[in-house]
Amino acid sequence: MTASPAPLDLAPAPGAVPLPRMVLAQTRYELRTLLRNGEQLLLTLIIPVVLLTLFGTTSLLDVGGGRRVDFLAPGVLALAVLSTAFTGQAIGTGFERRYGVLKRLGATPLPRGGLIAAKTLTVVAVEALQAAVICAVALALGWHPHGDPVSALALLVLGTAAFSGFGLLMAGTLRAEATLAAANLVYILLLAVGGVVFPLDKFPGAVRSALELLPVAALSDGLRQVLRDGAAFPGKPLLVLAVWTAAGLALAARFFRWE
Amino acid sequence: MTPPGDGAVELGSLVKRYGTATAVDGLSLSAARGAVTALLGPNGAGKTTTIEICEGFRRADAGTVRVLGLDPVADARALKPRVGVMPQSGGVPGTARAGEFLRLVASFHSAPLDPGALLARLGLTEHARTPFRRLSGGQRQRLSLAVAVVGRPELVFLDEPTTGLDPQARHATWELVEGLRAAGVSVVLTTHNMEEAERLADRVVIVDHGAVVAEGAPAELTGAERQLRFRARPGLGLEELLSALPAGSAAKESPAGHYLIEADVRPELLATVTAWCASHDVMTEDLRIERRTLEDVFLELTGRELRS
Repeated sequence: MTASPAPLDLAPAPGAVPLPRMVLAQTRYELRTLLRNGEQLLLTLIIPVVLLTLFGTTSLLDVGGGRRVDFLAPGVLALAVLSTAFTGQAIGTGFERRYGVLKRLGATPLPRGGLIAAKTLTVVAVEALQAAVICAVALALGWHPHGDPVSALALLVLGTAAFSGFGLLMAGTLRAEATLAAANLVYILLLAVGGVVFPLDKFPGAVRSALELLPVAALSDGLRQVLRDGAAFPGKPLLVLAVWTAAGLALAARFFRWE
Repeated sequence: MTPPGDGAVELGSLVKRYGTATAVDGLSLSAARGAVTALLGPNGAGKTTTIEICEGFRRADAGTVRVLGLDPVADARALKPRVGVMPQSGGVPGTARAGEFLRLVASFHSAPLDPGALLARLGLTEHARTPFRRLSGGQRQRLSLAVAVVGRPELVFLDEPTTGLDPQARHATWELVEGLRAAGVSVVLTTHNMEEAERLADRVVIVDHGAVVAEGAPAELTGAERQLRFRARPGLGLEELLSALPAGSAAKESPAGHYLIEADVRPELLATVTAWCASHDVMTEDLRIERRTLEDVFLELTGRELRS
């Protein structure tokens, strides 16, 4: 054995710090562990930046008329929201549930609402980082965004809420392995047919109308209407996202299982 | 003495069913404040379910639960800062570093222990930066114990705190539990290790099939009775030996060549047994007289081995 251990005063002195301090501590911790995770970084930063750069600087993809980057940047922003609020959150929370982390945290003074708040703050912080990087790359490629920043923000907030609801629904109901597979599959499918980088007007009319109702399509289309075309509060995308948000959060609140 | 009904944990006629199986079947117990109470029983006895009801993770189907005088579900907000919990396994994200997760939980509390000093006390200092998934089973257990006590709780629940630990880690854990008791913390732990229960517990509650079969201080449970054990060649005539012993004695051979005599062990009895062996040309080995252990008590009460 080594030298005598440091004295510890084990006498009871229970007490919790105020809720905002707990939420901030949990947020800092979630951000630190998340940004250390390589797969997460691939999903949240590398894939969006590669898609933006690849299709923005080559003519591999026919994006219709107009400047390529003006079409691509809003879609890649929508993809970033999808990757963080839905895919990353579903997989991360699913494994936390599986390994008893949610249960363990449930035995600490941090209330469940505080944990959800910390997860939401973490998602928002990662999205801010993604948006900064994506916008920087897009601007370097000659992007000229215009339009109403409040409308863009409203779309991003609704999109985040909708994806978070379904991400948590998946994490809180399926097995962790099933969540891992399904969340990645949904990400790839929505990337392919959600109007993110591949224009929806290449699909037949009826299919296109259906695909436009996907949340990522509504977010991409809404951001394009604002940032490329200068629209304010695009009605249909906001409505579609609001319906998905209401459904996702209600289902998650109803069916989420903590263990 | 704590007045009745004012213990750290008070359970009355607790029942918990999973489908058709009854995990906890009318269990009542009182765990005194400032004492170590051990729930001793085999796997599947209902110990973990009972403790998880106390922690507020499960709701009982019937019966009453008071933890520090409060309801673990309805008063969760008030109880969480005062109660430390060590689950049976896991509960820490695989990618989190040991020290990082401990510091996180410490940061929820207003007057926590110093995480570094706590890691040192449990021999985990050099693993503070190791991700949880790369810790050994024993290191995970000790980290989990550290997380349970870092907030300086009044009451801690430890679910099998030393299962799978090497002797050195087990002693570090035992010393910390003894330190908690010395500091006035109430401890409720589950174990199927009778040595642990005998060493740590002020009160042992023996649980089987979801109910209490016996309880008391370890010395009360084992009583003053002694028994005599020895080894010799297999197949001795026990009937004949018994006829030489006082009425009420019992003798058995299990396994072959291992003999146990349960009787009022006095000097004359010892002389009788050795004389009988001498007259039958039986050489005994490992002849010893011992007190009953909790293991023996359990076997007697349930007809089964504790470690099954």
